[in-house]
Amino acid sequence: MSSESNYYVPEKSVLPFAAATGLGIMALGAGLAVQGKTPLILLLGLMMIAVVLFFWFSTVIQENMDGLPSAQLKRSYVMGMGWFIFSEVMFFAAFFGALFYVRVFAVPWLGGEAAIPLIDDFNSEAASTNALLWEGFKAEWPLMINPDQVAGGSTFVGPEHSMSFPGWANWYHWLPLWNTIVLLTSSWTVHVAHHAIKHNNRAKFQRWLGITVALGVIFLYLQYAEYHEAYVEMGLTLESGIYGTTFFMLTGFHGFHVAMGTFMLFVQFMRSFKGHFKSDDQFGFEASSWYWHFVDVVWFGLFIFVYILS
Amino acid sequence: MVSKAKRLILSTLGTVLLGFATQASASGEAERPDGWSLLNMTEGVTGVSHSIYDLHMLIFWICVVIGVITFGVMFYSMYAHRKSSGRTPSNFHESTAVEMAWTIIPALILVVMAFPATKGLKDLYDTSEADIDIKITGYQWKWQYEYLGEGVEFISQSSTSQASIYGKAPKSEFYLEEVDKPVVIPVGKKVRFLITAKDVIHAWWVPQLGVKKDAVPGFINETWARADEPGIYRGRCAELCGKGHAFMPIVVNAVPEEEYLAWLAAQKAQAAVEKEAINNTLTFDELMTSGEAAYNRSCASCHGVAGEGIPGAFPALKDSVIALGPVADHLDMVINGSQTNAAMQAFGGQLSEADIAAIITYERNAWGNVPEADKTVQPVDVLKFKQGQ
Amino acid sequence: MAHGPAKGIGRWLFATNHKDIGTMYLWFSFAMFLLGGFFAMVIRAELFEPGMQIIKPEFFNQMTTMHGLIMVFGAIMPAFVGLANWLIPMQIGAPDMALPRMNNLSFWILPFGFALLASTLFMEGGAPNFGWTFYAPLSTTYAPPTVNFFIFGIHIIGASSIMGSINIVSTILNLRAPGMTLMKMPLFAWTWLITAFLLIAVMPVLAGAVTMMLMDINFGTSFFNAAGGGDPVLFQHVFWFFGHPEVYIIIIPAFGVISAIIPTFSRKPLFGYSSMVYATSAIAILSFVVWAHHMFTVGMPLAGELYFMYATLLIAVPTGVKVFNWISTMFRGAITYETPMLFAIAFVILFTLGGFTGLMLAIAPADIQYHDSYFVVAHFHYVMVAGAVFSMTAAVYYWLPKWCGRMYNEALGKTQFWISFIGFNVTFFPQHFLGLAGMPRRYADYSLQFTDWNMVSSVGAFIYGASQLLFLYNVISTIRSGEKTDDPKVWEGAEGLEWTLPTPAPFHTFSTPPDVK
Ligand code: HEA
Ligand code: HEA
Ligand code: HEC
Ligand code: CUA
Ligand SMILES: [Cu+2]
Repeated sequence: MSSESNYYVPEKSVLPFAAATGLGIMALGAGLAVQGKTPLILLLGLMMIAVVLFFWFSTVIQENMDGLPSAQLKRSYVMGMGWFIFSEVMFFAAFFGALFYVRVFAVPWLGGEAAIPLIDDFNSEAASTNALLWEGFKAEWPLMINPDQVAGGSTFVGPEHSMSFPGWANWYHWLPLWNTIVLLTSSWTVHVAHHAIKHNNRAKFQRWLGITVALGVIFLYLQYAEYHEAYVEMGLTLESGIYGTTFFMLTGFHGFHVAMGTFMLFVQFMRSFKGHFKSDDQFGFEASSWYWHFVDVVWFGLFIFVYILS
Repeated sequence: MVSKAKRLILSTLGTVLLGFATQASASGEAERPDGWSLLNMTEGVTGVSHSIYDLHMLIFWICVVIGVITFGVMFYSMYAHRKSSGRTPSNFHESTAVEMAWTIIPALILVVMAFPATKGLKDLYDTSEADIDIKITGYQWKWQYEYLGEGVEFISQSSTSQASIYGKAPKSEFYLEEVDKPVVIPVGKKVRFLITAKDVIHAWWVPQLGVKKDAVPGFINETWARADEPGIYRGRCAELCGKGHAFMPIVVNAVPEEEYLAWLAAQKAQAAVEKEAINNTLTFDELMTSGEAAYNRSCASCHGVAGEGIPGAFPALKDSVIALGPVADHLDMVINGSQTNAAMQAFGGQLSEADIAAIITYERNAWGNVPEADKTVQPVDVLKFKQGQ
Repeated sequence: MAHGPAKGIGRWLFATNHKDIGTMYLWFSFAMFLLGGFFAMVIRAELFEPGMQIIKPEFFNQMTTMHGLIMVFGAIMPAFVGLANWLIPMQIGAPDMALPRMNNLSFWILPFGFALLASTLFMEGGAPNFGWTFYAPLSTTYAPPTVNFFIFGIHIIGASSIMGSINIVSTILNLRAPGMTLMKMPLFAWTWLITAFLLIAVMPVLAGAVTMMLMDINFGTSFFNAAGGGDPVLFQHVFWFFGHPEVYIIIIPAFGVISAIIPTFSRKPLFGYSSMVYATSAIAILSFVVWAHHMFTVGMPLAGELYFMYATLLIAVPTGVKVFNWISTMFRGAITYETPMLFAIAFVILFTLGGFTGLMLAIAPADIQYHDSYFVVAHFHYVMVAGAVFSMTAAVYYWLPKWCGRMYNEALGKTQFWISFIGFNVTFFPQHFLGLAGMPRRYADYSLQFTDWNMVSSVGAFIYGASQLLFLYNVISTIRSGEKTDDPKVWEGAEGLEWTLPTPAPFHTFSTPPDVK
């Protein structure tokens, strides 16, 4: 709580309304685009959002440079960013939850484990889904042969190879390991950059921030290489059943967030050349770096639950 | 009309005066409930349904007692402490002791309720040592029953006519609770139901058996019932499954064991006869007549009685390219379903060869359709097509 | 900054003022309420007698779905956000919301989102028809093509909710006037703090659920398809992890409203303030761990079923604390019965009834019979209509004089109350009987033994619907020609910062924070 007076309340602004319009157009356009109709409306919406965001952030930065916001307003920004990251955590939680449910419950049930027991003093003979519906299907993870294939269908064809650890002999081929190293390093470099700007060492700040952005780009490249390999060599696609589904959705959304984070850091990098940020005031950079740490933590979860424990 | 209004007023009044508490005892013939028993849950005819009913009444009375006490205090305050009686308000606003009391007492009440509930649930889940296994498969919008190990299998669907639904014919007593072929179970035997679905989620609900279980595509759920008395028990699909959700009733015919065995034998015999008949060649008119009936039963719910379909959702079959084109494509569509739209199911496993032949013939010639070739299709053709895949 | 509102449409489109944005939220939600209510009227008209008279079954399903979606996401949630916008800054001594521009964005997304959703009614294949719970695979493999608009609509509406909530949390945590400690805040602010937390936690999960649907429909994944190793029931787990907290999102702000109104008209401080705060927090925390009580018939393992039953029962304890506190507040007060108080008392009674039926539903074996029957429909309309809607109505009557400086017509208000109260009960009480007698929900048509109570229910619904039009008339005539008042307190027994402000509340308030002792 505070004793400041004169909390800065902005004048009326066209930005939010324009952003809402952009979002509306985007939603309409996305609905059309996924149905195979024109993607132009989607593009229009996205462009509109991009432009509005540019002006919006410019405005906020300008206000900040003019010294309008009090410390209290900055705290609002900090809270806003913090809660936003919390909401992102929950978004990922939905997908991690799905992975958990599928691995612990759904696939074993399909593979013949009866659902009823758990406290099974009386129900050892509960019927299994397997015998009546998917005779011959075996539960395993990563799931290489889908129930569909066992039943003679062809909609979901399992992958030829999984993305799991290829064994110590080939460890250096395993991209996720390199990705982990890259991302962990980048978390450290962004921290060094933060430290530097706090001590007013702009050159060091720019150097380490630049390295962080570069590491982000490297990560994205490796991820791209991994996807390419999955699609072209391993037969692992979005359509290859629940393993491909969970693999691509989790790593894909993470990759998307890395891209966002890299872009955000890149913007801060460019801003640093314009002389933005002071030793006691670098909210834009700090927010981006929290986001970056968050993305890093998510990757750690992915590395464990998607790659290692399989 | 007058009597209807009167009945309405009377029943409303009765409810207000007597509330839930009144119920008629379930009638011996286990027919459809009516009168006062409509105000409360059915007691049903199985052990499970009885224990559910008892639990229901127990919680109900607990809630009534809590409600009477709580609202008693409230109504008293509303009357005695109204400002117009010249009161000045007190100012107390805290008491840890009472807060503790009304945290702990309800918690204890809940614990008391949890015991019988746990017992009831365990009982409900105990599907072991069943005498008979029936696999139930939900389809949009009908049920398939398969007596495991007996080789008896059939589809059961609503026998209420579209005309009576749309007010063009009178509604029968069992409007929307009647089927062409009820499922038959023996009284006094533990019947295990293995429930699944082929398309979307349905739920198999027969209140008097105390059974409701979701039919989830790709998974088997199990539950069980042992009917104590013979009777006809009517139920419904209880999970939203598309536009025919309200139109896929369930009728269970619980009969003494000998009757059940006789019925089972008759089913097997009939299946053998039908198998023989595949080689018969039917006339165009025969095909059209049975085709119309079978079409209206299985296909009209989506494609419409006049083959008009529903724009945007289900294609019209009148003037349809497939229905008029090469018969192989037509057979493929009906037997294997659509590759692109799961709503068009594979009917090959659901309908007999004779039915498919009749339906296809009907579709190719009804509603002004004129096929480019292959006016009629015979049951053998269907069989050959199936074997040729 | 000390000037009034801008002129013209720009005042609304580009608003950053919390009162203007609050006003827009309130009107928007009321419009949605009328639309959703209109759909309910279509449903009730069709269900008046057996047989299909007015609409076709496929359209009936669209009506049910759109009714549920619009009421929950379009009417109730924005209504309480509107209330939060108007009241929270005034109640905690803040100049405005913490992030005023984002506030505007949160609001203006809604008209776009709901326009998109509603427009599907006119598209080929029709509007979403899979229930407001949109279970897969009916909502994926078997859905009409418009499902894609539904999905993206939910995405942006969810984004709006998250931003609105972040704003409210930041306002409450950061903008309280000096001396306004958390435990001095009015309960309405407290309930919104907790609600906003719930929203930020679960709206992203809903976004996850619809995203999975999107992928299954358009990009060949198999989250909800057993053929590919997925499970339709997975959808239900994800949905209800959002869905159950959602129902408390709907009711918790209502608790706040009731906790303001009852003390005012009892002329006695709220009994057990701190236990109210703890109870509300307990409800919110418990709401995360009970979701599968909506899935008792889905074929869960026995252990899961037992756990979810026990956990759900627990929620009755903190909720009971709240009910008992309200009643103790009335006990030995000096009560008067103005319209807001009438609605508040009806809330306590009817919400508790709905809570009792909730408790019955929570008993898993009994829920085998109740589930997906009209008993459930009765339960949730008792808690949502007599709960959320009644409390909103109470709130509008209670704060309207403060907002516009005019008094509503008490006689009309009371008339509306009694018509609503009677209409509501005639509509929904018989639905308990229908459910117990075996009528499933989402049925476009039913067998003959259900006729009588359906007729009663439909008649009640028309009465209740009419009372809402009376409410609309009442509010408009108050704003345009109600008797003027400039008494800051309006109600004799009212306590709190908002009642220290002039009436009607000026455009900007608390530009410098007040000192709270
Ligand atoms: C405002 C919204 C709201 C609220 C507050 C509640 C409150 C509760 N609900 Fe409800 N519920 C819904 C909205 C809500 N519900 C909706 C929308 C659905 C249907 C969704 C769908 O399928 O479409 C639903 C469905 C639903 C189900 C699933 C039914 C089914 O589909 O089969 C269950 C089952 O457990 C349930 C339970 C409860 C319980 C235990 C509470 C408790 O919080 C109630 C607690 C309150 C009290 C108990 C009363 C006061 C307490 C006392 C006076 C203390 C003493 C009392 C005792 C010790 C008995 N609800
Ligand atoms: C807070 C939420 C909320 C509210 C306020 C309501 C309000 C009402 N509901 Fe709602 N209802 C739900 C949430 C809500 N409902 C949900 C979540 C479902 C489940 C959906 C599903 O199964 O998926 C449901 C389902 C549901 C059903 C079951 C449908 C089915 O299973 O098929 C029924 C049936 O009677 C019903 C009736 C009503 C009625 C009569 C009202 C009345 O209170 C409405 C009164 C209001 C008005 C009538 C407005 C006044 C307007 C006019 C009179 C017309 C003016 C017209 C114009 C301006 C164009 N509702
Ligand atoms: C649950 C709804 C449903 C039922 C029941 C149904 N169909 Fe269909 N049918 C469809 C849908 C949807 C399509 C469109 C498939 C596509 O686009 O690939 C279709 C397509 C067809 C076609 C191809 C029409 C065209 O021109 O593309 C034929 C022929 C057909 N169905 C015959 C039948 C027959 C025969 C039956 C009954 C035995 C039947 N259908 C039952 C939903 C249904
Ligand atoms: Cu099948 Cu509802
Ligand atoms: Cu719930």
